[in-house]
Amino acid sequence: MINLPLLPLLIPLITGVILMLFPNRLHLQQTFSLASTFLTIVAAGYLVYSVRQDGILTVTLGSWPAPFGITLVSDMLSALLVLTTSLLVFFVVWYSMYYLSDLHQRFYYYIAVQFLLVGVNGAFTTGDIFNMFVFFEVFLISSYVLIVLGGKPAQLRESLKYLLINVISSALFVMTVAFLYGVIGSLSMADISQKITEINQPGILSVIAVLFLIVFGLKGAIFPLYFWLPGSYQVPPTPVLALFGALLTKVGVYGILRTYSLFFSHQQEFTHQILGWLALATIVIGVIGALATRDVKQILIYNIIVAVGVILYGVSVMTRQSLEGAVFYLIHDMLIKAALFLLIGVMIGIAGSSRLKDMGGMIKDYPLLGWTYFIAALSLAGIPPLSGFIGKLLIVRGGFEAGDLVGPFVVLISSLLVLYSVMQIFIRGFWGTPKTYSGPKRHLMKQLLAPALILVGITVLYGIGTEAVRPFISQAVDPLVDPSIYIQAVLKED
Amino acid sequence: MEIIMAIAAGILTMCAVYLILSKSVLRIIIGTGLLSHAAHLLVMTMGGLKTGAAPVLKDGVTQYTDPLPQALVLTAIVISFGVTAFFLVLAYRAYQELGTDNLEEMKGTDTHD
Repeated sequence: MINLPLLPLLIPLITGVILMLFPNRLHLQQTFSLASTFLTIVAAGYLVYSVRQDGILTVTLGSWPAPFGITLVSDMLSALLVLTTSLLVFFVVWYSMYYLSDLHQRFYYYIAVQFLLVGVNGAFTTGDIFNMFVFFEVFLISSYVLIVLGGKPAQLRESLKYLLINVISSALFVMTVAFLYGVIGSLSMADISQKITEINQPGILSVIAVLFLIVFGLKGAIFPLYFWLPGSYQVPPTPVLALFGALLTKVGVYGILRTYSLFFSHQQEFTHQILGWLALATIVIGVIGALATRDVKQILIYNIIVAVGVILYGVSVMTRQSLEGAVFYLIHDMLIKAALFLLIGVMIGIAGSSRLKDMGGMIKDYPLLGWTYFIAALSLAGIPPLSGFIGKLLIVRGGFEAGDLVGPFVVLISSLLVLYSVMQIFIRGFWGTPKTYSGPKRHLMKQLLAPALILVGITVLYGIGTEAVRPFISQAVDPLVDPSIYIQAVLKED
Repeated sequence: MEIIMAIAAGILTMCAVYLILSKSVLRIIIGTGLLSHAAHLLVMTMGGLKTGAAPVLKDGVTQYTDPLPQALVLTAIVISFGVTAFFLVLAYRAYQELGTDNLEEMKGTDTHD
């Protein structure tokens, strides 16, 4: 299986193309999407298994040798992220079948989702910086379709802003790659890393590092560049929101994680210091936003920003332990955010509104929903033994070990405030006097809850089974700590 | 030559920023078009403009111009073309639905749904 890293890209790509042929056969579209996404999970799972057995896998497209052609590189980090992504898309597709109206689904919804999966998996897998830009565009264009699908005035208004922000950030991405190519003369990430080590990262490369921070920061919503996120993410329907919140910002985070460990690891007192302060500011802003709003969607949207800050703080510390924490927390956050969005989607479906003042006393009629939400909320805040705990523990310990006292403190305080903000939903939505609800999706409660329940179950297993997951995370961090592993795997002579 | 091209890219970026900061959606779209042009020009320039013969294998030629930036620009042009087309359609639809093309009147998130 020499082309194994390609499979999680090819399966959704071919599915997307095939699905275009019969946009109106809704039932067939649903079955086909579910089946192919399941196949993607199997392929991604086998990919993780193979990387665990054989180390980093590479595919050189067109058999052009490594620094010249485009290489796809599956190290453990990208394989794990590809597996998580495929898993999430499967559950979101399952959920969408019941959540979205038939008309909505007929408008190429599943096709856009499949292409989104291609783009995200590709961005995680590619080993070529320009190719990463291309995959960014693939999932961005799908996300434009998904965010505007439905055509409500609010959606159109926010889509315009979302599109504008992303067009500007894409142009900046191309410019940054141009600068990097002008200085280094290569696009293969392994080759760039090697050459930067040879010339010991002069000042111009630190400038390029900051440019990359701006480009990926716009996608990942770090502190001064997060302003577009709360508005844009408010408008699409919840399953799409789950995809966006769990995947799109995390691709930006992955971009920073990859470039800051592989390329710009020689002037850490400058680049990583900036990253660290911005990450802490991101946490603070996210927490303030999450506490200030009384809208279930907005509370979770601001929690996306908090999580981005926590992960990037772990990246900025750049010790082995904090990076393990960051990777662990990254995967945890993808899973739990998707689960939480699916759960509040059920709440919104029952209440017919996303405002907390229209909810209350739901625990009486929907106990399973309430307690599932409770567990997911605890997991998000990082209560042991759930999955958020171990990631935060590693990040905080890494921070203390590196001699930083402010950062770990902010992360710890933010956990408490995050817990408070998500408990707001529990207290105001599930306790209190029961109301009579007339939301449009009350009768579909069971079907909608099933995928969310399984996803929460997976995160609980991810937390309890830390011992089993740790070796995988540890292997994922190896090339981040020591880029020569990555370089040797890509530029091997054979 | 590289200097002139770099200045041209800078001027394009300047115009793009000016247009993007205006309130009319159509001007903003033209601005994004100019911005991507600036980016493409920059890619071309950063790769070195004419450092040798055309990149076709030929007897007696040892210096070739780097073909990679041209391939990159081609990819980027196609992508920005598609996105601009989508942007225009979206802007037209938003104009139909919202009755305005002024971003000043599209502020706020309170009126959602």
